[in-house]
Amino acid sequence: MENEKIVTVDGREIPIEGERNLLELCRKANIDIPTFCYHSDLSVYGACRLCLVDVKGRGVVASCSTAPEPGMVVRTTTEEIRGMRKIAVELLLAAHDRSCTTCGKSEACKLQSLARRLGVTEIRFKSTEKLEPVDHSSPSLVRDPNKCILCGDCVRMCHEIQGIGAIDFAHRGQKVMVLPSFGKGLNDVECVFCGQCASVCPTGALTVKSDVDAVWKAVNDPKKTVVVQIAPAVRVAIGESFGLKPGTVAIGQLVAALKQIGFDKVFDTSFTADLTVIEEGTEFVKRKTNGGRLPQFTSCCPGWVKFAEQYYPELFPNLSSCKSPQQMFGSLAREVLPKKLGVANEDLVVVSIMPCTAKKFEAGRPEFEHEGIRDVDFVLTTQELARMIEEAGINFNTLNPESLDLPFGFKTGAGVIFGVTGGVSEAVLRWAAEKVGGAPVEKVDYHEVRGQKGVREATVTVGGITLKLAVVHGLANARAIAEKVKAGTADYDFIEVMSCPGGCIGGAGQPIPNHPDCRNLRTRGIYDADKMLQVHKSQENPYIAETYAETLGEPNSPKAHHLLHTEYQSRRRISADGLDLMTGAGENRLTVSVCVGTSCYIRGAQDLLHALIRYVEDRGLLHAVDIKATFCYEQCDRGPSVMVGDTLLEKCTFEKAKAELENQLAAMKVE
Amino acid sequence: MSQPIMDLAKIARDYTAAAEKTARRVIVCAGTGCVANGALKVVDAFVREIAAKGLPVTIELSKDEELVHGDAVLVSKSGCQGFCQMGPLVRIAPDGFLYTRVTADDVPEIIAETLVGNRAVERLLYHDPLTGETCRGTEDITFYKRQERTVLKDCGNIDPEDIREYISLGGYRAAERTWRELSPKAVCEEITLSGLRGRGGGGFPAGKKWEFARVQPGLKKYIICNGDEGDPGAFMDRSVMEGNPHSVIEGMMIAARGIGANEGYIYVRAEYPLAVKRVRKAVEEAAAMGILGDNIFGSGLSLHLHVMEGAGAFVCGEETALIASIEGKRGMPTPKPPFPAVSGLWGKPTIINNVETLACVPIVMNMGAAEFRRVGTQGSPGTKTFALTGHVVNTGLIEVPFGSTLREIVYNIGGGVTDDAGNITGEGFKSVQIGGPSGGCLTEEYLDLPLDFDSLKDAGAMVGSGGLVVMNQRTCMVSMARFFMQFIQNESCGKCVLCREGTKQMLSLLDDIIEGRADAGTLDLLEQLAGAVGKGSLCNLGKTAPNPVLSTLKSFRAEYEAHVFQKRCPAGRCKALLSPEILADKCKGCGLCLKVCPVGAITGERRQPHVINAEVCIKCGACAQACKFNAIVGM
Repeated sequence: MENEKIVTVDGREIPIEGERNLLELCRKANIDIPTFCYHSDLSVYGACRLCLVDVKGRGVVASCSTAPEPGMVVRTTTEEIRGMRKIAVELLLAAHDRSCTTCGKSEACKLQSLARRLGVTEIRFKSTEKLEPVDHSSPSLVRDPNKCILCGDCVRMCHEIQGIGAIDFAHRGQKVMVLPSFGKGLNDVECVFCGQCASVCPTGALTVKSDVDAVWKAVNDPKKTVVVQIAPAVRVAIGESFGLKPGTVAIGQLVAALKQIGFDKVFDTSFTADLTVIEEGTEFVKRKTNGGRLPQFTSCCPGWVKFAEQYYPELFPNLSSCKSPQQMFGSLAREVLPKKLGVANEDLVVVSIMPCTAKKFEAGRPEFEHEGIRDVDFVLTTQELARMIEEAGINFNTLNPESLDLPFGFKTGAGVIFGVTGGVSEAVLRWAAEKVGGAPVEKVDYHEVRGQKGVREATVTVGGITLKLAVVHGLANARAIAEKVKAGTADYDFIEVMSCPGGCIGGAGQPIPNHPDCRNLRTRGIYDADKMLQVHKSQENPYIAETYAETLGEPNSPKAHHLLHTEYQSRRRISADGLDLMTGAGENRLTVSVCVGTSCYIRGAQDLLHALIRYVEDRGLLHAVDIKATFCYEQCDRGPSVMVGDTLLEKCTFEKAKAELENQLAAMKVE
Repeated sequence: MSQPIMDLAKIARDYTAAAEKTARRVIVCAGTGCVANGALKVVDAFVREIAAKGLPVTIELSKDEELVHGDAVLVSKSGCQGFCQMGPLVRIAPDGFLYTRVTADDVPEIIAETLVGNRAVERLLYHDPLTGETCRGTEDITFYKRQERTVLKDCGNIDPEDIREYISLGGYRAAERTWRELSPKAVCEEITLSGLRGRGGGGFPAGKKWEFARVQPGLKKYIICNGDEGDPGAFMDRSVMEGNPHSVIEGMMIAARGIGANEGYIYVRAEYPLAVKRVRKAVEEAAAMGILGDNIFGSGLSLHLHVMEGAGAFVCGEETALIASIEGKRGMPTPKPPFPAVSGLWGKPTIINNVETLACVPIVMNMGAAEFRRVGTQGSPGTKTFALTGHVVNTGLIEVPFGSTLREIVYNIGGGVTDDAGNITGEGFKSVQIGGPSGGCLTEEYLDLPLDFDSLKDAGAMVGSGGLVVMNQRTCMVSMARFFMQFIQNESCGKCVLCREGTKQMLSLLDDIIEGRADAGTLDLLEQLAGAVGKGSLCNLGKTAPNPVLSTLKSFRAEYEAHVFQKRCPAGRCKALLSPEILADKCKGCGLCLKVCPVGAITGERRQPHVINAEVCIKCGACAQACKFNAIVGM
């Protein structure tokens, strides 16, 4: 029977077609059920109580956590529900810092728009908000707890999609807050600055930190020459701020707007993306042909780089040493432009327009600053640039398109597709196919690496060599794959990682999505932009060739390395080598490290350490055994942890440690 | 399996034989109330003084029968005996004397008179406040006489820290039978037939719940005992865990068999240190004896139990929050479905039953479903424990059959309504708050209502976990509602908007009413808000949060209206609404009030009527208390 799978929503019969909950079903019926805490990508949380609907026979239920069942009769806007939704919004507003006119999220705020939609014209409850300090510590984000409505979207985003958990709920009842651990600033915890929390925040509680004023100041300073680079993903999203459909490629208007604001030269980060393809590709082919360390991870995403620095320092040898396109642009600009433009380095201001909040952090990394001058001075997100355009009174949609400046404004389609997940891989494949095979290859599109699945695997044969690739977006996915690599169970050659869902087009610096299919439309926009260009392979970019000829020499040359490659620093919480308690002089030595971190200490690590030292002394093994006190092996629930040689012993006892020590000494033939 | 199957009967026989050899047994109540009043000092005094007298004394029956002297006195600590108000309690067996309010100083006299002289110490016996009669033991005391102690039967008799006592009274036989002889289906059926309903608040049929979990596929399932009793004033579960922890473990074993669980948790709130200690000890003893662990009763199946301490959040009594807490997550409820019986702890089918429910389970299995149903009502078979408190003569832990009336509980077991000082006066009954902070208030017209899950729900209250607070006429119901609202507001986990913000605003509106700021719109808004919070909150804590407000509004609306419109508190409790004045015709001008007033608000010449300056007065009531002529009114 067909009508067995029908739900009646406000009198209309809606078929159940795999919807997980009534909210999805109602949306399919074009009823926009109000909600703060429901996101299809995140787990169902059920906290905002706005998506209430009336189900005949059951009464009022939350549509987000009610599965559709055949025969259900649902009403979405009864008098009772209207009243309850209003009360819920009023309650939120009573506890909210209502300085809306000066809020960064004004007009994009969901609380504001739902209050309007639901007809909340007065707040019958007493205002209860108490002002808490605003967290400005992060280079990328501002956290204003006074605007927080505790929907938990940011918490789940950080935990579920990004696999980090830099913020979580603290305290109870009316004192609940979303905080970084121990109430520290976002800059002092494991936040990678991807900003995805801000991208789902319905209010102004998490927003992008603005550098607009500093950039205006530079632009308005006659002494300064201000050059700007535009990241690939910006061009398909900036239009959204001016009412254009997501995915509209607006690079021409963008250039015109920047020029009108007063930027002296407008370049394209896609140019250095092309450069990245060649540098990173060369590095990869070297590894592949010389038996180097594989898989090679991409390194163009600053959120992923910080993530790797925090959790996977042991994978640094797998991480490409290439700087990101933004930072390659910065180095190159500082190397080439002062001479070319006849300007002193200190008067050259390098600005980048990015879809990304972590780029602000990246530009501020100390290794990208020389003699007090940063390679990239300021990073503006797409959102911030839109605000500058608005402030300048520019009617974006009526601008006559202008073209980018040369040489760094010339790019190929390969450089543009960096803006989507899979794009870097595809761009490298376009280069590698010809490089490895040694002959021109007509094929340009590699659909195997495209798509929206969080983890995609592809096997591609180029030039007779079969390559196994993995493409991941979302850092929780990256974590899963990094674990596999660490465990030696992944046989990939090349792994592309982007922090943000969808890649850079889904970056947190992009305009707040106002279209349900935003991510797909932007993705399509990027591939359209590639199609519209005449050149699709980085190796065919004539200005790249010129740059190698004039400035860099060969790919991966010492000069190229100096300018375009970097090193990583471990940010593991406790990375000390440990404390040497006993070291001897012998050649053939075995190291025993005892973790004395809190958990292991509580489980008796200290006594164990003493016992081992005594044992080694009594046995007369001083010449062969080093003993270290260390922390932490991050096996806290299975402590005490003791490392004997390369073997980690969990729940270690003296007997266990002694046996392993003797075993290994015997194997080493030590007497 | 070559492991010998344990012989419970032999353990019981050996223990009973040893116990019978002792001449007397001194049972000192070591429930939390009595311990707080010095019961442990009493225990020490008994051991010390008996030994000093040269009498043989023991605190644990030795497993070696030879060592037990024929005339030894066994001093044992029991769990809560219920009559907390009169504690520390000491019972002497086999004489049956119940001594009340015993201190260490009384011990030599008890030894001399009772243990040596075989006589009662009259002054320590309970004297009925109404009749003045001396009561020899529990059988003479109305508080006990009118109860039907089933779950609590052995609480207060046995030593909860000796598993052999429990076994000697037939303990673990029901578990043995279920694991050896019954199929999981048969276990669930028996519990379903018995009509046993969850004692934790909801009253959901236990057998039906088990059946949901039983039919779930998969080898890994969990049984959880919810010992996170958090209602203010409620201590039924604590008393069971402290007084007879093995009955809970046996209940869990039967439940585990019924649903096919091989692992379980007992989640006890950390504020119950004694319960934690005794439950831990009980689990250890049961495991050491082979009752818990692998190959239970030769079945080839296992059950491992863990004891976990809750960190003191009321909301963790909610089952999904409790599961989150065990998993090491923040204790916050999650939307249901999925129900824990389908996807609970670590995503596996999980049954969570409250302590008292589980303690009922061995009783059901031992007496059979039909017999169990003979007590209680059709819809709510069995008995229920209540923590009786408030304006009654006798407070403490009681157990009555479902279907008992409030009148029986308040006037017979409770001994009648008292004034604030505890005297039976004409203050009169006003209401009972039943079911804890989420329950409701019942007025005089419900005094003869037979109490059970359904009748209480219809009356706008609930059995809840079994808190029962009796209130006299001098109680302000708005303040009472505010008290519970404050509790709920403090304990809201903060997850969902309606509960977190709604309870805060309800509290604020109640403050407006109590402090004289309310107007006509306040009551309307309060009702609307209460309705939204009750219907729209995520979990049952939030859904029941407005109950104190809604039920007092329903039964005592006039009292609210007096506060709002006349700015008057009929019970005279709301300070802000008091307007103290000195009646000129009664005032003799003695000056006493003027002297005691801490803020100098009273002025007047000697022998002339005095006056109170309302601007200065802080309404402390010192003047009214000092006045010998009842000249000061309005306090």
